[in-house]
Amino acid sequence: MGSVRYVLGIESTAHTFGCGVVSSEGEVLSNVKSEYVPKAGGIHPREASQFIAANAPDTVKSSLANANITIKELDAVAFSMGPGLGPCLRTGATVARMLSLLAGRPLVPVNHCIAHIEIGRLVCREQDPLVVYVSGGNTIVSAFSMGRYRIFGETLDLALGNCLDTFARCLGLSHPGVPKLELLAEGGRSFIPLPYVVKGQDVSYSGLLTMATRQVGTSDKGDLSLSLLEVAYGMLAEVTERAIAHTEKPSLLLTGGVARSRRLQHMLESVAAEHSARLHVVPPELAGDNGAMIAWAGYLGLINGQEIPVERSYVKPRWRLDEVEVPWRG
Amino acid sequence: MAGLNLIYKGAEAELYRGKWLGFDVVFKRRVAKAYRNPDLDRYIRVTRTSLEAKLLSDARRLGVPTPIVYMVDSVRTEIAMSYIDGQPLKKLVPAMDHDAVIQAFIAVGEAVGMLHAGGMVHGDLTTSNIIVKDGAIFLIDMGLGEYTPSVEARGVDLHLMRRALESSHFDSSVSAYAGFTKGYSDVMGAEARLVLNRVGDIRRRGRYVDGGRCMLE
Repeated sequence: MGSVRYVLGIESTAHTFGCGVVSSEGEVLSNVKSEYVPKAGGIHPREASQFIAANAPDTVKSSLANANITIKELDAVAFSMGPGLGPCLRTGATVARMLSLLAGRPLVPVNHCIAHIEIGRLVCREQDPLVVYVSGGNTIVSAFSMGRYRIFGETLDLALGNCLDTFARCLGLSHPGVPKLELLAEGGRSFIPLPYVVKGQDVSYSGLLTMATRQVGTSDKGDLSLSLLEVAYGMLAEVTERAIAHTEKPSLLLTGGVARSRRLQHMLESVAAEHSARLHVVPPELAGDNGAMIAWAGYLGLINGQEIPVERSYVKPRWRLDEVEVPWRG
Repeated sequence: MAGLNLIYKGAEAELYRGKWLGFDVVFKRRVAKAYRNPDLDRYIRVTRTSLEAKLLSDARRLGVPTPIVYMVDSVRTEIAMSYIDGQPLKKLVPAMDHDAVIQAFIAVGEAVGMLHAGGMVHGDLTTSNIIVKDGAIFLIDMGLGEYTPSVEARGVDLHLMRRALESSHFDSSVSAYAGFTKGYSDVMGAEARLVLNRVGDIRRRGRYVDGGRCMLE
């Protein structure tokens, strides 16, 4: 028909349930999310999934209303099939399967990490960036090569956001912890040596978190926050610089929930400038987990025949970015 | 400095080619990073410079092919080392056939085996950090290395090599790693098994790897 097509995307890998609608023109028609915030401690998978089940119907309804579209007008329903927390993925997948059956339209599985990259490429208008994807669940430096997004560096254990959030909770800071840590760090005066662990192109944050939390109560909060952030971001900036020197990509794309960090943005800007590359920071509403990114990656999957029958749409909690074929890039 | 030519600007250091007491050398200078906290920056540059110089020369004493270290300046965070007139292995792999890949990586595996047997690890094994000259390989860039006999550190070395092969040389990664483990096992003997098993453990520890545990689950 050659007319505009519409895809709805469901995101539910962790604490965010998102529902978005995009058009085949790359226009985001709606992007609604509801976020589970634990009363204490980190994300409890079961409670997060119950939150998703309770909030999904209203979120989907407002997303369709904002896009001014009915279920019947959709061309496909996409969902994040992984990686993420099993209970959350399964709940979101259930919603997506139901919508797909209601609409009588194909169900398209989307890798969550690919969705972060593709929405970033779309809004930043970059063909072939080196991607730095940092969130509560992922820390990945990736670039496209030979049919897939290859991983040039990643965390060997904790994700950056996970490390910072856990430390923020140790200091008694409420969610979201990173902006509060950065504020505290501005008051920091002296640098406290903490484990700086770069192994080849990879980073490790677990020892850093342990050493930092051990000093809570004995060291100044400002000094400790400053040192933790400088070391954690410094490690990431170093592996990013190594990857950009190695891949010689023309631009750097910063995405994921931690992309909001001002300090990290400044560091990567300096890294990019050093290697004559442009830095793009994906805007917060599309950098954090959201449904629109799933819808857009779903559209790319749809036109490349990546739909899946409902009975085979099992979620994949451990679906690595570099396992996925990316046929829409040459 | 007069008479120095910038030949390479890497992520961490700048390489200049020049003369030092008549020798044809490369000056590897670790430059300050504006984005890093100044105390942290200084600490990283000084420790990596002295560590790299020690590892390069100790490795060479064991028979591991590395450049000759002539001079270390820890104030300017600079090392003068012999210039190796070769090509990075990274650039040569794409043109190699199956047998050539195996042969090259047997030699790499042997060199890494000698290094490990001597109580050192490289810390950043990639095909960019291996130079090939007249068919012989040289290990360079040892600033992330360590003096340790631990199975874990050795395993990380092999894990990094394998990861680098998968991301940069996907088509030949299986034969390259097979050649590597053969050369490595020939030198390390029975100890190699422990290290190779640990490589599997390290891989599974990564995020979202099948057979591993997910940190959030």
